[in-house]
Amino acid sequence: MTSVADILAGHKDKEGPLLPILHDVQKVFGHVSEEAMREIAHALNLTRAEVYGVVSFYHDFRKEAEPRPVLKLCRAEACKARGVEALVPIADNQSRIKVEAIYCLGLCAVGPSAMVGEKVYARLDGAKFKTLLEAM
Amino acid sequence: MTVRISDDAVAIACGADAVAAAFIAAGVAVERVSSWGMHWLEPLVDIDGIGYGPVSVDQVADIINGNALSLGRIEDHPFIANQTRLTFARAGKTRPLSLDDYYASDGWLGLARAREMGAQATIDTVMTSGLRGRGGAGFPAGIKWQTVARASGDQKYIVCNADEGDSATFADRMVMEGDPFMLIEGMAIAGLAVGADKGYVYIRSEYPHAIAKMEAAIKLSAHLVAPFVVEVRVGAGAYICGEETSLLNSLEGKRGEVRAKPPLPALEGLFGKPTIVNNVLTLAAIPWVLQHGGEAYAAFGAGRSRGTMPIQIAGNVKHGGLYEVAFGITLGELVHDIGGGTASGRPVRCVQVGGPLGAYIPPAQFHLPFDYEAFAAADALIGHAGVNIFDDTVDMAQMARFAMEFCAVESCGKCTPCRLGSTRGVETMDQIIAGKNVDANLALIADLSETMKFGSLCALGGFTPYPVMSAIKHFPEDFG
Repeated sequence: MTSVADILAGHKDKEGPLLPILHDVQKVFGHVSEEAMREIAHALNLTRAEVYGVVSFYHDFRKEAEPRPVLKLCRAEACKARGVEALVPIADNQSRIKVEAIYCLGLCAVGPSAMVGEKVYARLDGAKFKTLLEAM
Repeated sequence: MTVRISDDAVAIACGADAVAAAFIAAGVAVERVSSWGMHWLEPLVDIDGIGYGPVSVDQVADIINGNALSLGRIEDHPFIANQTRLTFARAGKTRPLSLDDYYASDGWLGLARAREMGAQATIDTVMTSGLRGRGGAGFPAGIKWQTVARASGDQKYIVCNADEGDSATFADRMVMEGDPFMLIEGMAIAGLAVGADKGYVYIRSEYPHAIAKMEAAIKLSAHLVAPFVVEVRVGAGAYICGEETSLLNSLEGKRGEVRAKPPLPALEGLFGKPTIVNNVLTLAAIPWVLQHGGEAYAAFGAGRSRGTMPIQIAGNVKHGGLYEVAFGITLGELVHDIGGGTASGRPVRCVQVGGPLGAYIPPAQFHLPFDYEAFAAADALIGHAGVNIFDDTVDMAQMARFAMEFCAVESCGKCTPCRLGSTRGVETMDQIIAGKNVDANLALIADLSETMKFGSLCALGGFTPYPVMSAIKHFPEDFG
């Protein structure tokens, strides 16, 4: 099992290593815990407040793990123009999957689009979106 | 028979992997190439130059047996034939991570030319080309490069802004996924020109395919660009990091808060060192400019907008995708002649050009030529050249509200007009949508927009008034 110390060691020669470190911690542990923040702050000679400030600034980093599977649904303008708002009630009518808004996957001529992990989906309609949620 | 199918994220999201697997299962070899950029036809199958699309798995057998209806020669398709592809010359034709394909299609010739003529002549060539920053601000690339070249510093950096967060834009993503060596070559040329040996590509985390391709391409080409070194850094879901100073803070491992300018990043950029921050499309245009010369590039375009612009036609459009063309084409041509109108078949109500900070433009202004100055004169902006089309079902009051909401979600919080103004804007729009004191609240929105426009530190707070006020101006019937 990779530890925070291993991750820190892997980035020790980088300039401005904090974001790469946080990405790895988030990936391995599913969140950036209080203890991880202390350990990172100590290793980089930063205050805990500075590390907390960075973690809380970026949408990608979570301070607590999300127990449910996560789907990111693009709700930016191009997907709105292609009808994504009609899919939102489907997401709201269930609680098994955490559906998060994301602003743009760069699939703007084939929306509405969504991402699960690193897999991308396009041309979603009500039926396809339901199937996608059920398969998760 | 060579079957080519794109492995661009659009193709994959539309089912290209399953189609490719079906061809392979039938014993046919498949090459995964970049996307032609005809997104409505993805997954597009290219067999010896003849196109089929959009293809589903159940059509594969018919295509192999010659029983499927083709689109004809892809290169002759009007959407492709009418473009002027300089930056996207390889789109659809080469395997993104094949150095052989890159060499065979004039790869590395720009870098070779730059090495031959030296730093100052390289900068002069970029200056002559008239190339302006493609990220949105349109600042002349040559002047920025000259500033960094003249700045003194023991270390200089090339930073590629690949934080393409604007809705209706995907050209950066297509470059990184489809032609990553071209971007690396452009960065290496920039490094040579200003004396920088280190480059960073800051890619948003929403683009996992682009990150993977760039990382692989950097490894494959490291020996070709040495001593210049390129590294990918991944964003963390903050739209504001597309703003250059906030991107630099993020690269340094800080909160992505905007810095006040001056000092310019060209003089005090990454870690306080002289830094070129250029958009993907700016750097990707460089190899062509060096190979063919500044005059050849400047021969395309209109007014002070020289060269070509990879325009992204998106949203509710029939024929959406990547359309690279010289500046000067009108919005109407883009929306109707090329885009074919809406995908829904309903009338076009408006387009938003330039992402979430761009103005909403009604059909009455579709005569506007695509040109930085012409757009600015009409209180609009080209931005990263995304054209997002809406049909007549759009509620413009909701879109104006969303512009404020987006600004509130993505504000870095450093300056008050943006941080507080956006939230007050959402509340005031809610009042208007609910029909409460509409006239007074519209006056309040106009006043607030004025404050945000002139009081914000960067374009997020400063340009959010564009979509809001243009929606109110052109579509007053939707407000109260």
